[in-house]
Amino acid sequence: MSDVKDIQLLMGNEAMGRGLIEAGCQIAAAYPGTPSTEILQAVIDRRAEAVEPLHVEWSVNEKIAFEVALAASYTGKRAAAIMKQVGLNVAADPFMRTAYLGVKGGLLAIVADDPGPHSSQNEQDTRLFCLQARVPVLDPASPAEAKEMIPAAFALSEQYEVAVVLRPTTRICHARQNVELGEPVRLERRADFQKDPTRWAATPAFLPALHRKLNAKLAQIAREPAWQPRLAPGDGSRPRTALVASGIVHGHLVDLLGELGLDKAVDLFQVLMPYPLSPDFIATLHRDYDHILVLEETYPVIELQLAHPGAVGKQGGAVPREGELTPDILHQVLADFLALPRPPEVPAERRGRRPSLCPGCPHRVSFAVIKQTFPKGIFPSDIGCYTLGMNLGAVHTVHCMGACISQGAGFYQAYAQDGDFPTVVVTIGDSTFFHAGIPALINAVIQKARIIVMILDNATTAMTGGQPVPHLGRAADGGAAKAVAIEPLVRAGGVDFLEVCDPYDQPRLAELLRLADAHIRAPEGGVAVIISRHGCLMEPSVRRGQESFLVTINAACIACRKCVDQFECPALLMDAETGKALVDQDRCVGCGTCIPVCPVAAIVKEKRP
Amino acid sequence: MKQQIIVSGIGGQGVLFLTRVIAQAAVDRGIPVLTAETHGMAQRGGTVLSTIKVGDFHSPLIRSGQADVGLLLWEANLAVHQGLLKPEGHLLINADKPGPGMRVDAGGLARELGNAVLSNLVLLGLAVREGALFCTAADCEQAIRTLAPEKFLAQNLAALHRGMGM
Ligand code: SF4
Ligand code: SF4
Repeated sequence: MSDVKDIQLLMGNEAMGRGLIEAGCQIAAAYPGTPSTEILQAVIDRRAEAVEPLHVEWSVNEKIAFEVALAASYTGKRAAAIMKQVGLNVAADPFMRTAYLGVKGGLLAIVADDPGPHSSQNEQDTRLFCLQARVPVLDPASPAEAKEMIPAAFALSEQYEVAVVLRPTTRICHARQNVELGEPVRLERRADFQKDPTRWAATPAFLPALHRKLNAKLAQIAREPAWQPRLAPGDGSRPRTALVASGIVHGHLVDLLGELGLDKAVDLFQVLMPYPLSPDFIATLHRDYDHILVLEETYPVIELQLAHPGAVGKQGGAVPREGELTPDILHQVLADFLALPRPPEVPAERRGRRPSLCPGCPHRVSFAVIKQTFPKGIFPSDIGCYTLGMNLGAVHTVHCMGACISQGAGFYQAYAQDGDFPTVVVTIGDSTFFHAGIPALINAVIQKARIIVMILDNATTAMTGGQPVPHLGRAADGGAAKAVAIEPLVRAGGVDFLEVCDPYDQPRLAELLRLADAHIRAPEGGVAVIISRHGCLMEPSVRRGQESFLVTINAACIACRKCVDQFECPALLMDAETGKALVDQDRCVGCGTCIPVCPVAAIVKEKRP
Repeated sequence: MKQQIIVSGIGGQGVLFLTRVIAQAAVDRGIPVLTAETHGMAQRGGTVLSTIKVGDFHSPLIRSGQADVGLLLWEANLAVHQGLLKPEGHLLINADKPGPGMRVDAGGLARELGNAVLSNLVLLGLAVREGALFCTAADCEQAIRTLAPEKFLAQNLAALHRGMGM
């Protein structure tokens, strides 16, 4: 071994991925979701760095990922389940019971929160979830610290036989930092499941005892020396005053205090383990401090446990209760708390240009055709790139993974009991369909919901960067897997109307939608499914495999803006000089799907020279 | 040595790659670095922002009025991100029309090199030539060699050099 340190520039997620390998994790399962996705991706990319056998999988959903990792831990091996914050809702069932039953080999759930939120349907706080589940949770303040915490978290998990959660936030996951690599440990464990049905299959009779044991463990974990809050003492100029921070907010605070020349002005505690919060720490704060500012994202988890009469934070409104605690907001909060000059008001964050579906995206075409065919329809949709169909007026609801099919059924039931019903077209991506759409589809069928389900099959999990989906027959490590096709699943679900179409063939898709509408309205009708199938344009092979025309807009353009506003391809814009529409040739992929949109046929294509 | 840098653009313009090149240059010089990046939905053509803090920092985010350097690949983002820059900060913009900051038609130069996405490194070249950054041209070349896929390496270096006016 050389003494030269191996320092690499790593994204927080890559640092955690490498951390799992260094800590001897042998089973890693995840479902992709921003901001957590690149963690498992890093484990996959670096699997050759593992010194012992390593199984990686993109599970079909988070509940499954958690259960796979859980059972692996029962055999004594180290295992990890990785997801975003709302993924823990999906995995909540096994997660809650795991607290009582415990684990054997270290079990680490990495659950990434998204204060803001930047890319999520809410900004729930996993630390609060852990408080309710009674599972210890760690809150790293930098990518390097997130990586450092991983071996220690496994050790804690094994010492007490409990699952442990590592809770990074977006600003940790998607930060990059110089991170020092360590040697992967060699644990040399063989799978060895010790059968104990009173524990692993605990019936209610055994649960009070397990619950008692859990509470005793938590009391001990809260006092673990390695996980006590860290104090950076001040110079005594502000007596009986303390700042308490955890996670990335601690980083913001240290930088801010430095920039204001206040780095030694006040006692500063960094909380590493927000739950269970150390009782000694709580006692110290009650005894030695009168004024405390608690800084944490996103919910007042530390503040609640502190229950200190002189503590201010989110509960009283000293700290904003919602949104990301950015350095600018922190500056205002700190200025108020320490009676410093208040910084100028930060202008409300401007979002700039809104995102839109990519040039040539097949989803755009599906949405345009749906909208055109059923101008009065109701269009529930789901989580993924295709949420952006909102910009095209073809997405009316987005809730949580897989909800669109059941929401579509609910819309139908509510309208149908009054008599006539509007055409409900739900759109769901292929990955989302596997994740949570299948039970919903079966339910819609057996409840005789007359709805059209369009599965937007682009053969990938596009939003998160193209993870493989079950019908591709490709495993996480790139090896071959059994392909599970969508069509037989749909048929087995009792669907009588099933058609497949490439949305680039717009007339055909429109015709199928009309046939589907006839089916749902027929006496014996029920759910109709259309699979709209065209590969994701982010996938280079898809681009290479389809013809690219030279698409331009000619003088016939009447500047009606339909193509720019309603079709919203990012490669179409209005030319400020001519006042007419223009194709941005840097961004146009030459798909030609915009051509039917123009009422005066001003968009034309020709073969590229 | 401390420097705070913002890189602003829209999804698909290579903001992330430019961020990584600058951060890698810091790592190669043995200077600590932290970056924050936009991932997820906004990458689909929406406004994206990276912040880079070089030196002894603990947070990757930059407060209003604290950035020393602003690299803007999308001129329209000026209204959104200019407030992050110090009044005396270096502002470098990819634009083909006159306006505030130092401007270069990085998109046009990049197209001449065969790919509009190369405007990110053209703008980096300009920043290096102007001495706006903590790192040298050689540092950037080295970082590009570390990060660029083999088949794009020559093109990427050409873009850097074009921005430097070579
Ligand atoms: S052909 Fe039309 S729809 Fe396709 S990328 Fe170009 S402008 Fe967009
Ligand atoms: S839809 Fe046709 S006429 Fe209307 S702005 Fe676009 S190109 Fe011009």
